[in-house]
Amino acid sequence: MNFDFSDDQKQLRDQARKFLTEKCSPKAVRAVLDGKAPYDKELWKGLAEMGFLGVAIPEDFGGAGAGHLELCVIAEEMGRANAPVPFSSTVYLAAEALLIAGNEAQKKKWLPAIASGEAIGTLALFEGKGNPSPKTIKLTAANGVLNGVKKPVADGAIADFAVVAARTGSSGRDGDISLFVVDLKDGGVEVKSLTNLDPTRGQAEITFRDCKAEPLGAAGEGWSILTQVLDRAAVLCAFEQVGGSDRALEMGRDYALDRIAFGRQIGSFQAVKHMLADMYVSATLARSNSYYGAWALSTNAAELPEAAAAARISATQAFQHCAKNNIQVHGGMGFTWEFDCHMYYRRANAMALGLGSLSYWEDQLIDRMRKKNAA
Amino acid sequence: MNFDDTPQEAEFRATARAWIGANAPKQYEDELRKSSLGRTQLKNANILDVAKAWQKKKADAGWACLHWPKEYGGRGSSPIERVIWQQEEGPFGQLSRMFIIGHGMCGPTMMAFAREEHKRAYLPPLASGEKVWCQLFSEPAGGSDVAGLRTRAEKDGDDWVINGQKIWTSGAHYSDYGILLTRTDPTVPKHKGLTMFFLDMKSPGVEVRPIKQASGASDFNEVYFTNVRIPDHQRLGEVGDGWNVSLTTLMNERSAIGAAVSTGFPELFEYCSSLMLDGGPAIEDRAVRAKLANWAVKASGLKYTSMRAISALSKGERPGPENSIGKLVAGSMIQDVATYALDLQGAGGVVSGENAELAGRFQAMLLRAPGTRVEGGTDEIMRNIIAERVLGLPGDIRVDKDVPFNKIPTKGRG
Ligand SMILES: Cc1cc2nc3c(=O)[nH]c(=O)nc-3n(C[C@H](O)[C@H](O)[C@H](O)COP(=O)(O)OP(=O)(O)OC[C@H]3O[C@@H](n4cnc5c(N)ncnc54)[C@H](O)[C@@H]3O)c2cc1C
Repeated sequence: MNFDFSDDQKQLRDQARKFLTEKCSPKAVRAVLDGKAPYDKELWKGLAEMGFLGVAIPEDFGGAGAGHLELCVIAEEMGRANAPVPFSSTVYLAAEALLIAGNEAQKKKWLPAIASGEAIGTLALFEGKGNPSPKTIKLTAANGVLNGVKKPVADGAIADFAVVAARTGSSGRDGDISLFVVDLKDGGVEVKSLTNLDPTRGQAEITFRDCKAEPLGAAGEGWSILTQVLDRAAVLCAFEQVGGSDRALEMGRDYALDRIAFGRQIGSFQAVKHMLADMYVSATLARSNSYYGAWALSTNAAELPEAAAAARISATQAFQHCAKNNIQVHGGMGFTWEFDCHMYYRRANAMALGLGSLSYWEDQLIDRMRKKNAA
Repeated sequence: MNFDDTPQEAEFRATARAWIGANAPKQYEDELRKSSLGRTQLKNANILDVAKAWQKKKADAGWACLHWPKEYGGRGSSPIERVIWQQEEGPFGQLSRMFIIGHGMCGPTMMAFAREEHKRAYLPPLASGEKVWCQLFSEPAGGSDVAGLRTRAEKDGDDWVINGQKIWTSGAHYSDYGILLTRTDPTVPKHKGLTMFFLDMKSPGVEVRPIKQASGASDFNEVYFTNVRIPDHQRLGEVGDGWNVSLTTLMNERSAIGAAVSTGFPELFEYCSSLMLDGGPAIEDRAVRAKLANWAVKASGLKYTSMRAISALSKGERPGPENSIGKLVAGSMIQDVATYALDLQGAGGVVSGENAELAGRFQAMLLRAPGTRVEGGTDEIMRNIIAERVLGLPGDIRVDKDVPFNKIPTKGRG
């Protein structure tokens, strides 16, 4: 047993952190936050050049073929830096869907383009409010064309292609759902940007009107593929959330050492110390759960569904907890646009919803634990 | 990152499993499995006798205190082998709770500070459970502020003469030996005037008075010292260096991380899986699920945090203060879990003991839980440790730090 990243993986982490510290300063994040650009194109290009976009994509498809543990390492750093790029939608959702279910031609077409930074991808799953469920999918696929509306679609306004969940049956079962790949630059698609909690990662509404689409995976297998995609993305997002939690804690700690009130560093007040200690506790629990998820993801272990749900819940709670208390430690300053605290608060709360809210993952976790106990 | 056993680990596991299978006191397995915090009792046997017999059997076959050196009664095992042993020992591991203070705190302190001949004489019978040890630190005026203790040790020839009182001493009533923190110099600031000893609990002048706890049980005691003589060779560390020695004790408590902390979660999950509410099985209720999921990730987070610590240990890194989170999280969790289990029982939850639901398992847990948040350092002290030693925040303001101990104003129960 060895429950830690390897020295090589830690070196990769240092490399990624150094790169992001240089290329993804809070100032760079703010350019996107302030609406000057929909995402940081320069950073995206740099990430491709570093090989980070294709780190878990096999070499045959233009990636580095390193693996998912390495992707977890990068994800944590992306979260720390609050990177304003479509990383999660492209790399965790679109690429993973293709890796799980794509045919040779689909993989050849899109995966090298993802690794090189030429193609941004996304998953078009949701249709308004609610958690992931076959029942909520109304968009139809018939005779090779899609009709319906998806929202919110993460990074939908800048994506080149989307994996779309569509209804192909009416039996009332999971088998009614199939997946499709759509080149969004072809016709039949109308995209509208939506304002959202975290402008550093855009959201869109996409309307499909007799839009040509290619099946991804077998007909009727859509929901089972989606569940696998969401589980994998849950682990990867958990690492981003862990990175964000750590950074928020660090910001709070630094401010507590810096700021003087009543003639003392505010970090010497026990109420503040204990608040920061509690942030450390939740960040640590989330990190440990995420490590377990990383192991399950990288070995495709039977434990993955349970581990993914646990990582997701724990990391979501930790990031929200650390981000909100970071503002509290900063007092009034923390509530200003000028300070960076709100960027993490926004990201934490947006990420808490993106793969379905806590209630979905709580349900999944308990179902999966029950199954295991019954077995 | 790898969870699978290496070939050597797998071999160790197989050997341990075979030995446990052939030797464990199986007649108590079911009772031990159904016990939880506050409720490790056996119906037809004295638990201390059963625990001692199992420990002795393990020691004779080389399975006691696995990570201790062989010459002191251990096996010289790696931290990971210790975890594998705990996994295989399963419910029988509950029995070693009786020895946790001796094995986790007193033994390692002896190993670090006792003379070689004492280590060879005292440690093997401690490892084998033949002799039980207790830790005599806390006093009425020195709990969280343990350096505020008043028990005096005065030099008289080759002996030290002890006078004073300890309190909350777990297991003192059945202990053979103890490690004892005393004040040897009241004229210097409080941390500088302390000295550590070990002593025979049967020494003349030692009087143990059991205290009845909030839970109704009597696991801890008051211990009075009247002119108790301890020979100087039983001193641990230098005169005046007792504070550092006690820090070693507490550091070692942290490396006892392998010992899985009890959270109450498996008990609650099992309960909710079988419990029927008005609308159906409890576990299918949305609100119940949300609660369970919340605790599930705390329990797994703790489990994997300790695995990370063990991985660090096995690479030769020292466990740091970050391991303080185990008790901090588990302590209030077990209290909340017990409260919730009773809430699910509604008005019936008020009944405790044998006639209660699950023979009063959660009621016993509820009544024992407050102690968990206090013993070995309160939640507040744990948070201070994390804030100061992990996050590097300033220490609390200490008005008595540089004042000679005998000039510190006193008020309250001390
Ligand atoms: C079940 C049990 C078993 C025990 N076994 C042993 C044993 O075997 N040997 C032994 O030596 N001791 C033992 N103890 C004693 C235990 O270590 C002390 O009770 C504990 O350290 C707290 O000290 P106290 O009881 O004096 O509480 P106090 O120190 O009086 O604390 C009272 C309250 O004040 C808070 N407080 C105190 N100082 C601070 C601070 N600096 N910042 C914030 N809050 C603070 C505490 O958190 C607590 O809430 C045991 C206790 C229990 C409950």
